[in-house]
Formats: sequence, structure tokens, C-alpha cells
Amino acid sequence: MAATTEGTHQFRVIGTRPIRHDGVEKVTGAARYGADYAFPGMLFGRVLRSPHAHANIKSINSDKARALPGVKAIVTAADLPELEDRIEQGGELPINLHHLSANILARGKVLYDGHAVAAVAATSPHIAEEALRLIEVDYEVLPPAMTVEDAMAPGAPILLPALRNKEDGPNKQTNVAAHIQFKRGDVKDGFSKADFVIERTFKTAMVHQGYIEPHNAVGIYNSDGHATIYCSTQGSFVVRSLSAAVLGIPEGKIRVVPAEIGGGFGGKTTIYLEPLSVLLSQKTGHPVKLTMNRAEVLRASGPTSGGTIRCKMGATKNGKIVAAEIWMAYEAGGFPGSPVPMGAMCIVAPYDIPNILIDAYDVVVNRPKTAAYRAPGATNAAFASETIINEIAEKCGIDQCDIRILNGAHEGTPQTAGPPYKRIGMIETVEAIKNSPHYKSKLEGKNRGRGMATGFWFNIGFQSSAMVNIHNDGTASVVTGSVDIGGSRASMAIITAEVLGLDVNDVRPLVADTDAIGYTDVTGGSRTTVATGLAVYEAAQDAVRQLKERAAKLWEKKPEEIEFNNGRLSASGNGVKPMSIKEITPRLGRTGGPITGRATVNARSVGPAFASTCVDVEVDPETGKVQILRATVAQDAGKAVHPSYVEGQMQGGTVQGIGWALNEEYFYDSKGILRNSGLLDYRMPTCLDLPMIETCIVEVPAPGHPIGSRGVGEVSIVPPPAAVANAIARAVGVRMTELPMSPGRVLKAILHKEGAAQASAAAD
Amino acid sequence: MPTVIVPALLRPLTNGQERVAVRGSTVRQVVEDLERQFPGIKAHLVEDGDLKSGVNVSVDGEMGIGGLTDPVKETSEVYFLPAIGGGLY
Amino acid sequence: MEHKTDHKTVVEATINGEQVEFLCEPRQSLLEVLRDVLGMTGSKEGCLTGDCGACSVIIDGRSTCSCLVLGVEAEGHKIETIEGLANGAKLHPLQQKFLENASLQCGICTPGFLMSAKALLDHNPHPNEAEIRYALAGNLCRCTGYDKIVRAVLEASKGVAAKAA
Repeated sequence: MAATTEGTHQFRVIGTRPIRHDGVEKVTGAARYGADYAFPGMLFGRVLRSPHAHANIKSINSDKARALPGVKAIVTAADLPELEDRIEQGGELPINLHHLSANILARGKVLYDGHAVAAVAATSPHIAEEALRLIEVDYEVLPPAMTVEDAMAPGAPILLPALRNKEDGPNKQTNVAAHIQFKRGDVKDGFSKADFVIERTFKTAMVHQGYIEPHNAVGIYNSDGHATIYCSTQGSFVVRSLSAAVLGIPEGKIRVVPAEIGGGFGGKTTIYLEPLSVLLSQKTGHPVKLTMNRAEVLRASGPTSGGTIRCKMGATKNGKIVAAEIWMAYEAGGFPGSPVPMGAMCIVAPYDIPNILIDAYDVVVNRPKTAAYRAPGATNAAFASETIINEIAEKCGIDQCDIRILNGAHEGTPQTAGPPYKRIGMIETVEAIKNSPHYKSKLEGKNRGRGMATGFWFNIGFQSSAMVNIHNDGTASVVTGSVDIGGSRASMAIITAEVLGLDVNDVRPLVADTDAIGYTDVTGGSRTTVATGLAVYEAAQDAVRQLKERAAKLWEKKPEEIEFNNGRLSASGNGVKPMSIKEITPRLGRTGGPITGRATVNARSVGPAFASTCVDVEVDPETGKVQILRATVAQDAGKAVHPSYVEGQMQGGTVQGIGWALNEEYFYDSKGILRNSGLLDYRMPTCLDLPMIETCIVEVPAPGHPIGSRGVGEVSIVPPPAAVANAIARAVGVRMTELPMSPGRVLKAILHKEGAAQASAAAD
Repeated sequence: MPTVIVPALLRPLTNGQERVAVRGSTVRQVVEDLERQFPGIKAHLVEDGDLKSGVNVSVDGEMGIGGLTDPVKETSEVYFLPAIGGGLY
Repeated sequence: MEHKTDHKTVVEATINGEQVEFLCEPRQSLLEVLRDVLGMTGSKEGCLTGDCGACSVIIDGRSTCSCLVLGVEAEGHKIETIEGLANGAKLHPLQQKFLENASLQCGICTPGFLMSAKALLDHNPHPNEAEIRYALAGNLCRCTGYDKIVRAVLEASKGVAAKAA
């Protein structure tokens, strides 16, 4: 696994590959995920879900269900407080609590197949399941709007009667929740200066994060009004604050204990079952466990948007892109909030284009409310722009890597929303692909092609807390609030060990609950190693500062005279014998007490990340099946704290992108019912579908971070669909403009091309 | 004087101007000055005494972490953009 | 209507080498029995339709989705689960290689993969990459992209083969 580095500091532990500290529990089945928890007297909950895509709820009658032996409680939206339909302040992000609550239990109306209507707690999950069948719901079925085109058409069924957007004004009912625009220069002028213009319309499908572990929550409500929630989540503090809001109780009354989590990819940064588990526990006086089954996960958690993108780019015959004009509409699901603003900011982000006009629309449709999925909004967008860029390259006779280098963004280039980039690694990732063994190798054989693409994603900073405890035996523990979704505990231990000069196995990393550690934002947004790592770094430095003070006391010197290097305290002068941490810990009591280093941060974003991906494909012209022969991904990770896990993120994102490219999509029928709510027909890649994924970590250090790390978790998912489309174009000469590029679609395109060729040959 | 680069959809409120010179040494002061020059624009950026949820500010290419309290220099360029989060939106 | 416990059956099976007796309803799957009746939560629920392999156990030497087997069907059979893979404190070479190769990120699919991989190596101690990918095609992983999993199995097979030799 090649890595290129650029003037990086020499570290002792950072950059090594120790075995993760929670590894043994995970390979022996001992690690406890949310669904593994059990408590005495625990009841089991299940959720009744709408069988209709769009309907008014006229009445709900649970009498028969209540009478079933073993059923202990049934709740509906009537058991939750009604919250204001307004954007909630007090956070970085807009949350409409009214919508959030209505998504957890439908209020008056159901907006998608699978929308939660009621919840039951019973003595066994089977009895709870039987009880669901006995709840009588009277629906007034309404016509659904399933696509952005359906929802934006005049006379479309209106999903949310109270929804308004700024442009249409206060009196117009609409399904368009928001319009976002980015403008720079003058695209009319830009296109007039172009030697040629390419314009295409792209469609992408709704896809799911596909985490193997379904959602879960165990709620325990105590008679003193305090509740504990055990759940698999990416953000225990988000679960606390949102559950408290939905339940109408103070945040401090809820403690969230994060269990191990079986995948999230953004889909577990919101809440579904958590407040229900507390509500049912309150009603029954018992702990209540709720889990989703796979069908519920697909129908009723938060997939990401499909949508339509019209992309127009103009370039000179030398390959310089002079103008880009984009219209894009994404499916928000039943409530507003698709990632279309992010998609709009990503679509041409890797390039220095003087004239841009991007109009982006957030549209409600009768599908589940979308949630974040790894670089939300960016993958759909890149599918459009990155395939057009390859068309430009081909028209100009320029290599697909070279065109990206020619137009590539660098320090000082304006981002889509305007601010200039700081030091970034976009061009470096393209060069890494260009110089890779993969790209340099010859690709031979019929129906084979090589395509590449580049993607962009933000890395957020946000808030994290950390504590480093020095133990009596000279070892340490590091406590954070960042749920470990992919091996981040190891990175926290590595950073602590680096600062304290300890062996990495003498540092024990822990993930604490919402009372035991200070506020910490989600494990997501590619932020954990960077922001929580920063808090850990500073907490360890705080511990070092305290160690120096103790040594100063013992040696009767000033703290400024003490040095700490590689785990040893020293000072100049007679009779001062250097001490290791292990040697000073027996003296801590007499010099002031135990040492705990602490730090909290609201970290600045270190800047965005780029990934470039190259794939070789072989297309079967008789079936349209696309086989991935070889794949390489290059990503600017800054300093890789634990290279194996950085590689893992790159490989995992690439494979999700390949699934998105080739097979994954939601099939709804004409009534708006999801027809592939299982993993057989929601087809994700298996290991038989793939080769090894080659990785190249480009280490362009992030400015302003003590370790120089960049966020790595997300961006690798962005380029693959475009890279695969570009490879298919070279393999069999067809340009795919719709995702997924499943065998049927590819075959249709091949036959269409052959038909057109035959027709024009016949015409000659 | 610092410069505000006005978001595309708010340019109708600034007579179509993309770049507006402002006075102020914090984001709060800059917004107040913008409001003085173009009444009505503040409501799109600020609510309940803080940056509106969903809005973030970038000063000289550095994403803000202090909302309205972020400092602004004499030569600064100030951008208002959609907030990016780690998940929930 | 009383909740009838006489619907439950006593089942005897060998689990991880031990004779085990448990009580279950006819409608409970083996996965549910392992997790909720026997408290062995190492086998995971991912889909309940046999498509993800997170619930993989080995029954009479064959990798099987325990969500597709009824608890009562376990009667008289030999079952191996993740809880029995290590030999006391000594990890199986597969477990060790998964750790060394960082073949797990969230870890939820790991028990299932380990059991399917063990079933493979018990029958074919020298698989090549294609054989490994074929044998593991019934186990889904969403985090790793499979690369490091396949490498771990390749490395472990050398260790297992060496032990058998």
C-alpha cells in the first residue's frame, strides 16, 4: 500500500499499525452491540408501520391489541407532546422537531410506506408482532408523489400542507422545501467563450447506507424520572438531546450509553427507536428493547436521496473548463432535508472554474425521510460532473488524469460557496492515480475499459471532550465520547501514547456515556480522528503539564525548568535523576493527588478531502453485467494515524460506491410500496464481486493541526460511480446517465447504440 | 474595510452586488452594518441573537467556530454559506 | 387465554463441544435461541432472510445461517458458534489474522465471517483467493470492502495448514 508523504514530522507511534484495543472482544463475539443488551424483566417492542405511501390517519383503535395476553403498553403520537413546526435553534444544524417527532410516530398523516404509526411493548417479540396485527388503523389513502418530477409538477399531491418556501411565498402550498443557489462570474459569457458545450441529464436512485446491524434501543425509565438508553448510535449526545426534545423532558434526565455499533455511515446520526424505548418503559415500568428488522431498516430508516441533475459544461479546445451550469433536485423523503445543498457545493468543487451557476432544490416525496450517507449529496453530484469531464477530455484528446490536473483546484482557488481553499491535496490524488502501478499497467482485452474520477468532501471540526488518566502503575487510560465505529479507539490510544511516551498497549481507550464525558459531537463527518484526536492530544499535553509540575515540586525547581521527552521527565542541575512516568506515579499522592489531563475543543475544520479513483471494468455485451477487474483509490489523508484503518476507510467507501454504481436502488411500485426491502434484492456487493482494492494514502499535512491529519472517512465513496461510468464508456462506447448501471440498463444502452449504428449504416 | 461576499440568492437585496464593503471587527458588527446598508438582509442570516441554524460563516477561508463572535480583520473577506454537519440535517 | 408454556419443546444439541439442553417455542429460530434463550449474543441478526450471513454458525461442519434454522431443528446436531472458536484464551489463527490485518471496522459481520472461514479451512486448508471469495460470498460486509478479510484468511490458511502438517 503506497503512501507519499510531504515533509511530515517523525512520529514514534503515530503511523504504526498496532492491534486495536477492542479487537479481542470483537473477534470472539463478546463485544456488546445494542441488540445484545438484556435486563431483568425486559419487554420487547415492535412498531406498527403504514402500508401506504401517502394517507391521512382517520383513527387508530388498539383495544383488541391491548387485550392480547403479554401486551403491556401501546403508544401513538398522541402520547408524545406536539412540538412547534419551526427550525430549532441552538445547534449548528437546522432541526425541525415537529417533523422529527412526526417521523418517529406519525401525526395525522403517513408519508411513506413503512412510516411508524404505533409502538407496542410485550413480554416477547413474537407477541408484540402479533399485537401489531390487531391494531386497527383507518386510513384515507392519497395519491403519492414518488419522484422529484412528480412532486414538482403543477397539481402534484401535497405532502405537507403547512410547507412553504421563500420564493413561492406564504400562500402557496408546495413540495419544494428549499432552493439554494451558487453563482460566480457569468455563465452566459463563459459559454460564449467555450469551443464546445456538453449538456446531459442524469438520474440517480435512492440508496441505503446498508449497515449490517439494524437499529436498536433499550430504554429504562426509572421512577425518579431519569432514563437510560442503551443503543447503537453514531452520536450519543444527539440521541440524548433529540430524545429529550421529542419526549418533552429535560435533557439532563436522559443518560445515553453508547453500545458498540455495527455500521452507520451517517444513517445512525438521528433517532427512530430511542424515544419510543423510553416512552414504553415509562408506561410499563420495565426496560423495553426495540429493534428494527431488515425490512424496516430499508423501508423506514433514512436512505439517501435519488434525484435528477442537469449538468452543462463548456470548455476550450485545450481542455480548460470555462463555465458550468447545473440544475439539481434531490428527494428529501417525507420531510424536508435532503443533502442537496452539500451536493451543490461538491459538484464542481475539485475544479477552478471561473463561471458557475448552480440551482439546487430540496423536494419532499413519499419516501422515507433521508438521512446522511457518507459524503451526503456528493456521490450523486459527482456522477454527473465527473462523466462530463471525461467527455470533455475525450473531445480534446487529453488523458483523463491530465484534464483534472489542468483544471484542478489548489490553494487559493475559490470554493463553490466562495471562500478560497487553503492547502489541499486534489491534484496530488490525481497524480497519485496517474503514477500508480494500476494506471501504468496495460489493460488488454475486448469490452474492457479504464475510467477514473475525482471526488470532494468537507471535513467538519465541531466539539469533542477528552480525559487522560494517569494510573498508579504508570499506564494511562484515555476517555472520549466518540463512538468507535471503525477502529478510532486505537487512534486515540496511539495519540495519547505518542504524547506521553508510552507503549501503545499501556494506554487503554474508552468510550464513555453522556454523563461520564463532556459533550462530543457525532462520529461522522470525517471528524473523529481530527477533532477528538485534537482533544485527546491536548488532554495528554495537559497531563504532561501536570507531570512537570509534580517533578518540579519533587526537585524543588520551577515547572518551566522541567523537560518531558519520550516519557521521561528531566531537568538540568545536580542530583536530578530523570524519571519515567512509572517512577513518578508513586509520588503523585504527596505532590497533589492523581493526575487527569483534560481538554475540550470546538475544532476548526482542517479543510476538505479529495479522493481519486481508477477502475478497470469488463462489460459482458450479452448481459450488460459489469465486472470490476481492478480498483485503486488515492486520497489525501494528511498524516495517517493508523494507516491500516485509513486504508480500510478508503476501501470500504470505494466498495459502497461500486454498489451504488452497479446494483443498488430502491424499487417502488406505482402505489409507492417498496418492493425490494430485503438484502437479496437490495443488492450490495459481496466479496465475490470484487478484486482487492489498492490504496494510496497521499500525506499532504493539514494546516493548523498538531498531527497534520485530515478527515478520511467519507470522500472515497464519491468518485466510484463516475469512475465506473467512465470505464464503461471506454469499454463498450456507451455513456450511462442513470444509476445504478445494472445489467439491464447497460444492455439496453448497448443495444440502443447497436441499433442506432445499424440504422445509420442502413441509411448510408 | 472588510468585504462581505453576498450569497447568490440574497443579491437581489443588495441591488445585485456580489461584494459589499462593510464596517466591523466581529461578524456581529459586520451583519449589523449590512443591515444598515440593506435593511431586511439580517433576518436571512441571524435569528434569536445567533447565526441562523443552517448558516455558517467563513472568514478569510477559515470556517467559523464562534458564530457571530468570530473576529473580522480590516482586510477580511466574509462568506455566508450553508452549514455542513456530521450527519443530521 | 393462557400463555401456554407446553408449546415449548426441550431440545438437546452439542454446542461448541458441550451437550446443551434448552427450551424453545416452535417458532423460534436457532439464532433467537442462541441469542435470547442461551444468552450467546456473538451470532448477530442482520436480515433474518439468510442474505447477510451475520448469523453464520457451523452445523455438522457446514456453514449455515442460523436465522434459517428453527431451534427445534437443532436436536441431535453438532453446532459451532463464534463463542467456541478460540481455544480458551488462545485465539484461532483466523481470529489472530483478522486482528493483525485490521480485517474488521465495526465488527458486526466478523463472527459470521470467522465461522464461514473456519468451515472453509476445515474442508480446504489451502484455498486460493478465488476459492476464499466464493466461500465467503454469503457473508456481507459493508465497512471493509473485503480486501483485508480475504488477506487475513489467506494468511491464516498458511498457519492452519502448517499446524495440520
